[in-house]
Amino acid sequence: MRLEPKHPRAIRWMHWINFLVLAVMIGSGLLIYWANDVYSLGPIHFFPDSFYRLLHLDHGLAVGMAYHFVFMWVFAINGACYVLYTFLSGEWRHLLPNRHTLREAWEVILHDLKIREAPLPRAKFNGAQRLAYTGVILMGAGSLLTGLAIYKPTQFAWLTNLLGGYAWARAEHFALALGYVLFFLVHITQVVRAGWNNFRAMVTGYELVVVETPRHE
Amino acid sequence: MNDPNDHGASTEREEMRRLTRRSFVVGGIAAAAGAGAWSWLTTEAPDGGIPWPLRRILRANEWLATGYESPRHLAPTFPRTLAQRPPRTNGMIGLANKVEARGWEVQVEHAGRAGHIKIPLSTIQKLPRSDLVTELKCVEGWSEVMHFGGVCFLDFVTQFGLATRSGRAPDPAGNPQDLYRYAYLASPDEAYYVGLDMASALHPQTLLCDTMNWEPLTHAHGAPLRLYLTVKYGFKSLKRVGLVRFQDVRPSDYWAERGYDWYAGL
Repeated sequence: MRLEPKHPRAIRWMHWINFLVLAVMIGSGLLIYWANDVYSLGPIHFFPDSFYRLLHLDHGLAVGMAYHFVFMWVFAINGACYVLYTFLSGEWRHLLPNRHTLREAWEVILHDLKIREAPLPRAKFNGAQRLAYTGVILMGAGSLLTGLAIYKPTQFAWLTNLLGGYAWARAEHFALALGYVLFFLVHITQVVRAGWNNFRAMVTGYELVVVETPRHE
Repeated sequence: MNDPNDHGASTEREEMRRLTRRSFVVGGIAAAAGAGAWSWLTTEAPDGGIPWPLRRILRANEWLATGYESPRHLAPTFPRTLAQRPPRTNGMIGLANKVEARGWEVQVEHAGRAGHIKIPLSTIQKLPRSDLVTELKCVEGWSEVMHFGGVCFLDFVTQFGLATRSGRAPDPAGNPQDLYRYAYLASPDEAYYVGLDMASALHPQTLLCDTMNWEPLTHAHGAPLRLYLTVKYGFKSLKRVGLVRFQDVRPSDYWAERGYDWYAGL
């Protein structure tokens, strides 16, 4: 058994900072959305009044905007640092999808649904993780762009137009927020399934790994 | 990978325990510091309805936005056919009583200058007409393509030599020092009032309007004369303009006093 470094210190800090900042952004975003909650997906309406009352999210547009337009800077700067670090440190090799990723992601899904029994290959991130973690970074960039498009639709009119206009950009911004919630649910489920050793690595940076003991002839 | 039940690795386990203890202590301290910072931020003295540190950052955002501001940034315009239905209505503050368009006057004041002038609506309406079909953005999150017809605010101040210390026509590019820094506009009873930076007030798409969606302005939309800006949220587009004051002190603003961003620029 040995200690194996898994997550670099910078990544761990940025991960946890992002967790908190994203919570603030989604919370303040809901305060803003409350003032004009027009979106539905088929029969699903976002959100019933009881939802706002339960979370005290009604009548908070002004304060929601204030927090949103302050913490957007922390979200953007932390995200930019993460991307920069990931590229400069070479961590991107573990993160970005490669030519095995799609097949591997499919195997992970079959494995997690208990359809396929073969163990997953040992790697820092499997194919499904590569897709999910790369995807969520792209979503972050998408939130910044759609956010800018509705924050300054005159100054950045070209961007707003590119995204289909003001109303579309707002809907896209909202859809991305829902996307984070979905990501969060799957992420938490998988972290619980993976267990303490895996979770602890996002705090300590290290994982305990069993080493194949060499045979003595 | 779960903790393997392996008894031959006590030193590694011991090392991991030490690491875990240290990391969770550091993490706990960081979390406590974060919680402390959050409770500080949320409980600081309010400045216009929100904790002052937030207000300070909104001012910094404003500074950044004005750095990128220029008359070249025009809001997109739309075909006139898109603005045909009666425009959506929102907000009746300052519109309590019925008023007559006949004999309507706008009172104009300049800070530090005694007296005021009164400009009749009929005189304002003799200025060159401007029609603008653009998307109004409400701070609540909805937007609607609307037509606004009237006269450019810039033409209005140019014609009557307003907004300047010298009393001459404004020359923002050549003589910016001659301009007052802010404009304050209010309904006659001052129940509703807005503060504008001069660049936004003199933006080429800022209008004094007497028509919306090709019809005379209705009571609910601020008849007989309202303001419209493409570069601000709708709450800055004052209905029923009765008073215009040019000043160097940042003017008060109805919604900014209730927690919203004073600049509210788009």
